[in-house]
Amino acid sequence: MTLEQIVDAVRTAHDSHTPLRIRGAGSKDFYGGVLAGQVLDVAGHRGIVAYEPTELYLTAKAGTPLVEIEAALAEQGQMLAFEPPHFAGATLGGCVAAGLSGPRRMQAGAVRDFVLGAKLVDGTGQVLNFGGQVMKNVAGYDVSRLLAGSMGTLGVLAEVTLKVLPKPVAETTLVFACDEGEALRSLNAWGGQPLPVSASFWHEGQLWLRLSGAAAAVAAARRTLGGIVAVDPEKHWISVREQTHPAFAGSVLWRLAVPTTAPSPGLDGLRAIEWGGGLRWYAGEHEAIRGAAARAGGHATLYRAPESLRCREDAFTPLSPALLALHRRLKKAFDPKGILNPGRLYAEF
Amino acid sequence: MTARDKEFNTDRDTLIRRLRNILPAHCLLCDEEDLRPYECDGLTAFRELPLAVCLPENEGQVIDVLRTCHQLGVPVVARGAGTGLSGGAMPHAQGVVLSLARFNRILQVDRDSRTAIVQPGVRNLAVSEAAAPYGLYYAPDPSSQIACTLGGNVAENSGGVHCLKYGLTVHNVLRIRVVSIEGEVFEIGSAAPDSPGYDLLALMIGSEGLLGVVTEVTVKLVPKPELAQVVMASFDDVSKAGDAVAAIIAAGIIPAGLEMMDKPATAAVEPFVKAGYDLSAEAILLCESDGTPEEVAEEIAHVTEVLTRAGARDLRVSQSEAERLKFWAGRKAAFPAVGRITPDYYCMDGTIPRKRLAEMLAAIAQMEQKYGLRCANVFHAGDGNLHPLIMYDASKPGDWERAEAFGAEILELSVALGGSITGEHGVGIEKINQMCVQYATPELEAFRRVKAAFDEAGLLNPGKAIPSLHRCAEYGRMHVHHGEVKFPELERF
Repeated sequence: MTLEQIVDAVRTAHDSHTPLRIRGAGSKDFYGGVLAGQVLDVAGHRGIVAYEPTELYLTAKAGTPLVEIEAALAEQGQMLAFEPPHFAGATLGGCVAAGLSGPRRMQAGAVRDFVLGAKLVDGTGQVLNFGGQVMKNVAGYDVSRLLAGSMGTLGVLAEVTLKVLPKPVAETTLVFACDEGEALRSLNAWGGQPLPVSASFWHEGQLWLRLSGAAAAVAAARRTLGGIVAVDPEKHWISVREQTHPAFAGSVLWRLAVPTTAPSPGLDGLRAIEWGGGLRWYAGEHEAIRGAAARAGGHATLYRAPESLRCREDAFTPLSPALLALHRRLKKAFDPKGILNPGRLYAEF
Repeated sequence: MTARDKEFNTDRDTLIRRLRNILPAHCLLCDEEDLRPYECDGLTAFRELPLAVCLPENEGQVIDVLRTCHQLGVPVVARGAGTGLSGGAMPHAQGVVLSLARFNRILQVDRDSRTAIVQPGVRNLAVSEAAAPYGLYYAPDPSSQIACTLGGNVAENSGGVHCLKYGLTVHNVLRIRVVSIEGEVFEIGSAAPDSPGYDLLALMIGSEGLLGVVTEVTVKLVPKPELAQVVMASFDDVSKAGDAVAAIIAAGIIPAGLEMMDKPATAAVEPFVKAGYDLSAEAILLCESDGTPEEVAEEIAHVTEVLTRAGARDLRVSQSEAERLKFWAGRKAAFPAVGRITPDYYCMDGTIPRKRLAEMLAAIAQMEQKYGLRCANVFHAGDGNLHPLIMYDASKPGDWERAEAFGAEILELSVALGGSITGEHGVGIEKINQMCVQYATPELEAFRRVKAAFDEAGLLNPGKAIPSLHRCAEYGRMHVHHGEVKFPELERF
């Protein structure tokens, strides 16, 4: 699939007021608002366009599977440091549009922190290029980072440039037995020290802590922290990244992003804690969960739920009227007819 | 400035009367002698007197000033310490300067959550000083950090010498509180790892005061590394030094800082700071490693090996904190040192892919001949951000014009080499014409629509950062007129 074909499809939809549902691999169909519109399949627009290991960037067409990108990076000892989930064959475009980061997020940063540039097709079928391939670029508004997590509502991503980083030389995982409160206390205490913690995961009384960095730093931290050294931790972290770990089972799953120091919001159904305490997963239906997350200084996303629940509950925490109005104006700036992924972020646009 | 942007016609008396109603007398400046200190920022070549300077003391007053200006259709230029280098805080002749200087309180430093909440007029270094008792600091360290403010850092997305490893302002700010031109207050971001909706924080940071006025900032603090050490390497060829930078990255090392200076730059600083630089070298590299003592020892050994293989002719590793600071002193004093050997200098800020460095430096050497001006180069080599310092004498007729044309050519070459016209100083008024080179019409139109989503009347910092299409059309013509065509590599007849 060529860029011209994407442009043609968007122009046709624009002219006929046809809503489009942008689809890469469809690996995150479960995420966000209810799907609507005619499928615009961009998975065929694929391939790595440029990769310069010593310049620390990679540019690829949006339909490129992450697995292909990560294989190319691994050959040069590099990685996507935000450790995105693949689920079933996730593409680069979907990864950026959904803005989901994985276990390394608290150490390395989120998807948006690694976006250097993007080529997108806006809602009128116009091709726009923002950012570039250099690490520092403050010319113009940083629209390419804005696209991370925009759920395809501002444009069809055609090409993305990401900053890439070298893989850490050494990695070790430690396991500790502790309850929720103890886990949060430890995670915050460690966070304030210069320790090479690159991932954390608590589930049912067990806290897993990954250390990554220079061999000497990892060894020193292991001695300081104690715990039991995990055997074959790679598998464990993949199961966390891919959410195949039993902690993520169940038909209704809530994702709470809160300050790492937020005390337990006192809700039932806590399944897991990640990101040094900043990300907490809850199972089951909860009337009060959004209020609890807000009181803790964060927000709750209805991450996964059956269609019946998704129809009556917003996936994302509703915005204040002023912020919603601003979102609508921004949406209109890129997609005046509102044809791109309508309702996928908020039902209002 | 030949091309005209949107015109404003402010009724000065009405404006001052209205401002007097909402601000106490000590928060409003209207007399020319009081306005004079605000006529420019760190880029002194561009000056303009505003009609008034407002110095609000609380958010309510900021809201009132913005609402009033919105009602009267008066331009507003927000200002921090005025240390910016692109004229972003240069006043508008028909407008108001909104100084956030009195928003200078650190509201909270939280050791447990490793965050600080500060007002926008707080100095960058003051944040790290307040966090120091907890073993924490604020990572972005622009060279002006002793004076520049967090509000200005947010507006410009400031970097510093450590941003390859620790990121820019956009990577270290968690939340901002913003007042729109209509006087509406928005909370953007939070102390949680992310927020619902669009990533407005990414959009606001680096928006050069065109989208809103920041009244509060929450920043991320990071643990201070136990140790830092720096390797100083000299090279007899700039392209070898450039290749050495690539070799470090290829070896899987992300140094805490990676800086380069060329011969004219070291020649300017050495008599000034006596850092012990090798004055016969064509280029020197400073490569810093930080972390635990074990980690630093391992990395320094690795860096030393890579640099030796890359052809460094001399290598020195700092043996004490005093020596580390001495090595850095020269780099940090590069601007004032150049200021000592020339009446004026003009600092550029292009970024280029690192591998094009030698090409860029060769082109700059040719431009020195062409414009009859000297240029020293300091380079954030790790992230491709080049600061050529063009030396001129403002008192000599035609010197500034040649310096400006020299600078413009460097910026346009940065774009042609695959980079950007600005890495950390911002577009401001200075590089407004070069925006027409970096971006095509559809992107510029998209930027204008983004602006309108926040500020429909176009009152916040008008004429800066995003050029009008009219200006670009005029600049294109001007270019041909001056014979500086966009593709210098093409043969011309």
